[in-house]
Amino acid sequence: MNKTGGTIVEPTIFELSSPGRLGVRMPASDVPETALPQKNFLRSELPLPELAEVDVVRHYMRLSKFNYSVDGGFYPLGSCTMKYNPKINEDTCRYPGFLYTHPLQPIETVQGNLALVYELQEWLKEISGFAGITLQPAAGAHGEFAGVLIMHAYHKSRNDTKRTKMLIPDAAHGTNPASAGLLGMSVVTIPSDARGNVDLKALEAACDDTVVGMMLTNPNTLGMFDENIEKVVKLVHDCGGLMYGDGANLNALLGIVRPGDLGFDVMHFNLHKTFSVPHGGGGPGSGPVGVSAQLADFLPAPLVGVVEEAEDDVPPLYGFVTPKHTIGRMKAFHGHFGGGLVRAYTYIAMHGPDGLKDISQYAVLNANYLQARLRDTYKIPYDRICMHEFVAEGQFEGSDVRALDIAKRLMDYNFHPPTNYFPLIVHEALMIEPTETENKDTLDRFADALIKIAEEAKSQPDLLHNAPSTTEFGRMDEVKAARELVLCCWLPENYETMK
Amino acid sequence: MTFIPISPNERDAMLKTVGVKSLDDLFDAIPKKHRFPKLDLPPALTEMEAAAHLSEMAQTNENVREHMISFLGAGAYNHYVPSVVDHMLRRGEFYTAYTPYQPEISQGTLQAIFEYQSLMTNLTGMEVSNASHYDGATATAEAVSLAYAQFRGKRKKIVISPTVHPQYREVIQTYSQGMGLEKVGDDESANAEAGPEALMSHVDESTMLVVVQYPDFFGRIHDYTKLIEDAHAKGALVCIVANPTALIMLKTPAEMGADIVVGEAQPFGIPLWYGGPYLGFFTTKKSYVHKMAGRLIGETVDSRGQRAYVLTLTAREQHIKRERATSNICTNQGLLALASALYMSTLGKTGLQQVANLCYQKAHYAASELSKIDGCDLCFDEPFFHEFVLCCPKPASEVNEYLLEHGIFGGYDLGQDYSSLQNHLLIAVTEMNSKQEIDTLVEVLKEMSHE
Amino acid sequence: MNTPSNLMYAKSDEWFDPSNGAVGITDYAQNQLSDIVFVEILVDEGEEVTAGKPIASVESVKASAEIYAPASGKVGAINKGIIEKPEILNSDPFGDGWMIKIEGGAQGDLMDSAAYEKHCEERAH
Repeated sequence: MNKTGGTIVEPTIFELSSPGRLGVRMPASDVPETALPQKNFLRSELPLPELAEVDVVRHYMRLSKFNYSVDGGFYPLGSCTMKYNPKINEDTCRYPGFLYTHPLQPIETVQGNLALVYELQEWLKEISGFAGITLQPAAGAHGEFAGVLIMHAYHKSRNDTKRTKMLIPDAAHGTNPASAGLLGMSVVTIPSDARGNVDLKALEAACDDTVVGMMLTNPNTLGMFDENIEKVVKLVHDCGGLMYGDGANLNALLGIVRPGDLGFDVMHFNLHKTFSVPHGGGGPGSGPVGVSAQLADFLPAPLVGVVEEAEDDVPPLYGFVTPKHTIGRMKAFHGHFGGGLVRAYTYIAMHGPDGLKDISQYAVLNANYLQARLRDTYKIPYDRICMHEFVAEGQFEGSDVRALDIAKRLMDYNFHPPTNYFPLIVHEALMIEPTETENKDTLDRFADALIKIAEEAKSQPDLLHNAPSTTEFGRMDEVKAARELVLCCWLPENYETMK
Repeated sequence: MTFIPISPNERDAMLKTVGVKSLDDLFDAIPKKHRFPKLDLPPALTEMEAAAHLSEMAQTNENVREHMISFLGAGAYNHYVPSVVDHMLRRGEFYTAYTPYQPEISQGTLQAIFEYQSLMTNLTGMEVSNASHYDGATATAEAVSLAYAQFRGKRKKIVISPTVHPQYREVIQTYSQGMGLEKVGDDESANAEAGPEALMSHVDESTMLVVVQYPDFFGRIHDYTKLIEDAHAKGALVCIVANPTALIMLKTPAEMGADIVVGEAQPFGIPLWYGGPYLGFFTTKKSYVHKMAGRLIGETVDSRGQRAYVLTLTAREQHIKRERATSNICTNQGLLALASALYMSTLGKTGLQQVANLCYQKAHYAASELSKIDGCDLCFDEPFFHEFVLCCPKPASEVNEYLLEHGIFGGYDLGQDYSSLQNHLLIAVTEMNSKQEIDTLVEVLKEMSHE
Repeated sequence: MNTPSNLMYAKSDEWFDPSNGAVGITDYAQNQLSDIVFVEILVDEGEEVTAGKPIASVESVKASAEIYAPASGKVGAINKGIIEKPEILNSDPFGDGWMIKIEGGAQGDLMDSAAYEKHCEERAH
């Protein structure tokens, strides 16, 4: 049923259904029949679609063509690290030994899985400079929640219960305050200075014995590495607070600097950003958390450890260990093993120490190259050498064109737009992260398109206001969606009597 | 330079445009003493070497398709996944896209997730479904957050059945640390073997949520209609943690009056994958939609009058509500929601009914044969679906060791979580278990009981 | 922008009608929020509220805001109409868009319409 009255481009799977059509069949039962439970335990109807296999394939094939993807083109979405996802990952994570192991199997029968998890824990420690790692959290925000729980548990273990304030810079992602809010902490916003660093005076004023810690993304969402990072960490530590690192932007730091060495106490990783786990149209992600030695006992349970040391020609036995003061379990079972950990392991194994450094160096080169090419056309409010991303202003003097219009117009040039309207401290922000997996030609074509769009903004602003015009779909009526709230569809009303 | 497509000449030209001499010069802002650490990691492997290395690691495992007969369930189930599912998931247009923030060029993901929401509401009978959560356990914890927000913190008690999955109860504990909740019903003294009516003694005017599982962790099918009526009379909400395969056959939680229905949708098209990533589904009544965490796709029209889909009610979410948000969730399990939609579509109504029936028939055959063994017995009389508890003549851990030697994963040892159930095995049977496998299990257990 | 002169205004963009205790959000606020799609009243009838404490939460297509009590007192009435149709807050913020009534209201730190208009103008820059 077409609730909202639009013309149908692709019918829903329910609209495509036809009574009596069969999909994949299952074998007949090979056991003697048992009667079903009494009728009052059974459902009366099952209003689900009926389609043939080819109907399903063509439907999803058509849907897939409505999507823009990294496999299809340049996707410079700031702070999202939309890098190319190596195809080999898709093979390794589907090896039968990984695909068909049950999470509750005896540890002796899953030593391959546990060795992989253990090695990945060790590698991430080495890359980040942390003493302990959990691979359990399911996504960045989930890791961040675990990290804040660890900070909370640490202070509580010292009976330091007056600490209720979390310091968060104004450039931070909204997830940071939301994570702190889940534990009833109050959020104190710390402004940025003119060079995009944490304002040290404001930070100093906020540091007292009620501070839980500070949540800092570094490089921050402006793409700036904080030039005073050691002072920031010292101020927070001196008042007894802990330093939380949001690892969203770790793609700039591999082999460049280790957050643990800078004094960070906790950090979450985004394996789906930095270590090439594909984003999947919005998950699954994977959000490991690294901690300093003093916090290792608070990590979520269980971790993978060596439960019997190796001897001569016998390899070690890997199994599960529970940290002494664990915050508990973040999810069922052991983290995003197949879809997250195996892919990230494959990726790191193929890079080695030098390859990891290449990633960050070229991610930073590509961002700076684009920034240099756009500097004369777009205002760069924090203009210095950036890290893996930078922020430009999507507005021009005397024009009513906005960042949103520029973003939509980029679609007509077959590019995915950058992140817009974030960070909040830049007006009409366009946050551009090219990643290391783009070549110079692509970057040049993108810069040329943005320069051309700036001209169009002056000469033909309606081109931008009405963009995109070459895509399958135009701009959406978001008010209608929120007011009418059509959140699902059903089989047609007369379905049983159809055809 | 594994996946970096920039030649040395291009690099030099780019450095010149930027105005620096070398790549290292880009990093002057980094404190010098910590700059460019030497990482102690194994040297890089080529693709061919990595494939071989990972394959060897995978082969170190004993898996449930090639090596072992498995009756393990307890929250993760070995089901057949039709070939179509993975073929479509492997389209780069789906798996290499980001969250659909730009709806004009993300209608594939948006419509697919809208259809997933629709399939889930039709399966559970509820009114709305979100775009999914990390897994069944976290979806259950989010149900607690919904109830907490719904009562604005004025009710602070949750009643949890001891037969909700033990790991789900642990996750609720972890998640709710900042809420100051009183949790009752599942403590050490609780009688895990009692039915749902035992919970009502805990429910009062300060109760915000009652959490039960369907079928429960022991596989038993309860009709929760009376419990829900009684809980509603006290003003409390009720959340049912349901198994989606069982819902194909059984009375829906909506018919019982549930307010929130959540669960683990791994059985719908997602491989065991050693525990993840899986798919937490979350469905509820429309009146709670503003308190529900997670992404939500709604239908609308575009500027050309075409039907289309967008992320909607986004002002509920963390990036706008910040510290006032119900949850800090950013993502869903997009690709896995697509997997389960593909699974449901490819099997269709008839195929799904065949799967549910096979699970039911084989589990009942197994239960009937196993209970004939000397010293073995079914622990409960209630109806069950595809999982049941077998009381054994000796500790379940010993039984499992014996079975392991014979190439069988016997079942989940309930003694790990319930101190009174040391001799109790939770056995799951799906369409993947042939009669021959079931007969082998019975034979080996018979041998054991004669030893 | 409309700012009726018989009302008093809070810095956080609520209005208060001293004649009947009605409370709502201003025209400026609804315009800033844009299309409002959800209203939740956080207090119950008969409950005592304190000036400056949250009484409601409003969500639009792009933003969310807490609404604070402009006066202290007892909640005398709640407007169910805006919960059913939140868009009334956009179309008639000073009329049918009233949110609650506070009885025996001791005003918080409020401004008259002229001062409030100035307050809005300052923020426009």
